[in-house]
Amino acid sequence: MTTLAYVTWFERKVVARIQSRIGPLYVGAHGLLQPLADGVKFLFKEDVTPPAADRFVYVLAPFLALSLALASMALIPFGPSTINILGVPTHLGVANVSLGLLFLFAITSMGVYGVALAGWSSNSKYPLMGGLRSSAQMISYEVSLTLSVVGVVLLSGTLNFNDLIAYQSGHWHYVRFLPHWNVFPQLIGFFCYFIAAIAETNRVPFDLPEAETELVAGFHTEYSSFKFAMFFMAEYANMITVSCLATILFFGGWLSPFPEHWTWQLYLPGAGLILGGIFLAYDTAKNQRGIARIQLAVVTIGALVIGAACLIPAVMPIVQGPFWFLLKICCFLFFYVWTRGTLPRFRYDQLMDFGWKFILPVSLANLVITAFVVMVLNR
Amino acid sequence: MTLPLILFFVFGGLAVIGALMMIFLREPIHSALALILVMVALAALYLLLGAEFIAAVQIIVYAGAVMVLFVFVIMLLNAGEEERTNISKLAHYVGWPLGIFLTVELVYWISRTAIGARTSAPAIATGDPTRDLSMLLFKSYLFPFEITSILILIALIGALVLAKRNS
Amino acid sequence: MNEIPISYFLVLSAILFGLGVLAFVFKRNIITVFMAIELMLNAVNLAFVAFDRARGGAHDGWVFVFFVIVVAAAEAAVGLAIAITVVHNRQSLNIERVNLLKF
Repeated sequence: MTTLAYVTWFERKVVARIQSRIGPLYVGAHGLLQPLADGVKFLFKEDVTPPAADRFVYVLAPFLALSLALASMALIPFGPSTINILGVPTHLGVANVSLGLLFLFAITSMGVYGVALAGWSSNSKYPLMGGLRSSAQMISYEVSLTLSVVGVVLLSGTLNFNDLIAYQSGHWHYVRFLPHWNVFPQLIGFFCYFIAAIAETNRVPFDLPEAETELVAGFHTEYSSFKFAMFFMAEYANMITVSCLATILFFGGWLSPFPEHWTWQLYLPGAGLILGGIFLAYDTAKNQRGIARIQLAVVTIGALVIGAACLIPAVMPIVQGPFWFLLKICCFLFFYVWTRGTLPRFRYDQLMDFGWKFILPVSLANLVITAFVVMVLNR
Repeated sequence: MTLPLILFFVFGGLAVIGALMMIFLREPIHSALALILVMVALAALYLLLGAEFIAAVQIIVYAGAVMVLFVFVIMLLNAGEEERTNISKLAHYVGWPLGIFLTVELVYWISRTAIGARTSAPAIATGDPTRDLSMLLFKSYLFPFEITSILILIALIGALVLAKRNS
Repeated sequence: MNEIPISYFLVLSAILFGLGVLAFVFKRNIITVFMAIELMLNAVNLAFVAFDRARGGAHDGWVFVFFVIVVAAAEAAVGLAIAITVVHNRQSLNIERVNLLKF
């Protein structure tokens, strides 16, 4: 949940830089306490319920959206399952389900209800239109999402996340310097997946249903304070889930891109954090004044301490998996925010045309070609 | 009272409560939500019976697509509260007991059959159940599989043609 | 999953089926009637999966469940399209209004 809050901070800063401004700066050093301020604001705002709204469904919709979005995080492994923390073999993921990928899609397909029910229960025309459009968009792109992933499943022969990542270890036979990630054979699949994922999570350029200029605010127009915050958090949680899935399926999950025998890569997490700490220390000394200086100094010390901790030989192997995983997720989130700051919105009919007439045939073609190639190669 | 038995009663109870809510709630959207609850409870029961793939398919297809279709149609038709029925009181006095009697009789005869006595044995570990299912689907049951895909195509075209306005 | 008798699942399936029949007979809204049909199909699916577990061996029961789910989805789509057409023609969701062929 804290990560969700800081993803909003990250987004506001990056979008601001794209738009030639700075973004949150005052609340805490570099605006780092802005999410906290936003959270407090949401808690204290007046909670308005439209008078003719269907009470039960109105309250249910944001809870459903958020709980489904957070539940999907339980299926995702953050690191290899053979880690020993203080001598206890720990699995770095909440559950290791043999059909993990399928259950993740099941949870995402239930996410349509949060939006549709929110639109219906607000009993007002803008939410209803926004809700209908948004859920139609989500179910359309859900088909392409699932199909674009089947190519990966065909290659690795399993639906389990840990096995999918294990398949992607090592290197290609003829191209020695490339890791054995699924993105290289499945490039088209990856693009279809990512575009469908952006449409699934209702983000720009597919966010007409919640666009401020078109439909007031789409399906969450009538929601205020904490329920609105829940929709907000659910959107970011979906973004994170989809990024996690993209890294696991196509980019090797928690595997590092460098070959196994380059042992210097073990020092990367610690070195990276210490470098970040030094940079923050410089910034604290030079640019910050007053309370922001104290806050940033605390963050600097935290970064330096964790960086030093990552260099302890006992801790070093534990950190490797999560480090690469989080780094890749950050790259995807940056890409998400980048497209938000850069691309214009699709019109709704263009959006639906694109989903049904372009992405779906392309992902189907990808599936057919992959199946054919797998069959030929396994002969 | 082992954990599977407790889970069975919890999810079975949820399913029955959902079905009862579906009958007795007046707004169709609430009935739809109750039916979604039934389907999710049934998916959990499938998990208890060791049918993981079927549970996932139940949620993806039934709870996540068919019920979304129902919810959409309810929203599009703006279905309000159920109207008062014109059915005679006699039909109510005869019908409800008959329906309940049907249910009770089914329950009674099922609990008396031989198969009822068998406990759900642990599945013989014949490898990956999903792989077994796909082997069956694509080898023994290939013809029904292909026919079903044509059926879906027909349903797709039919639904499109029917729901189009004659403009 | 090691101790629950199969008959418990079959009894639950029977109860759900009975409730589906009652809903089908007594509800007046066309959409609710369709939902009762889906409830009955789900009850049958539960019975199939329970029997599949009781038999052991190859999972033929799951294949049937698969087909029932798929056919039910197709039927729901077409049935709801018909329902939309009927509602447009009769301007009411009450199935008692659809009585032009009544003797």
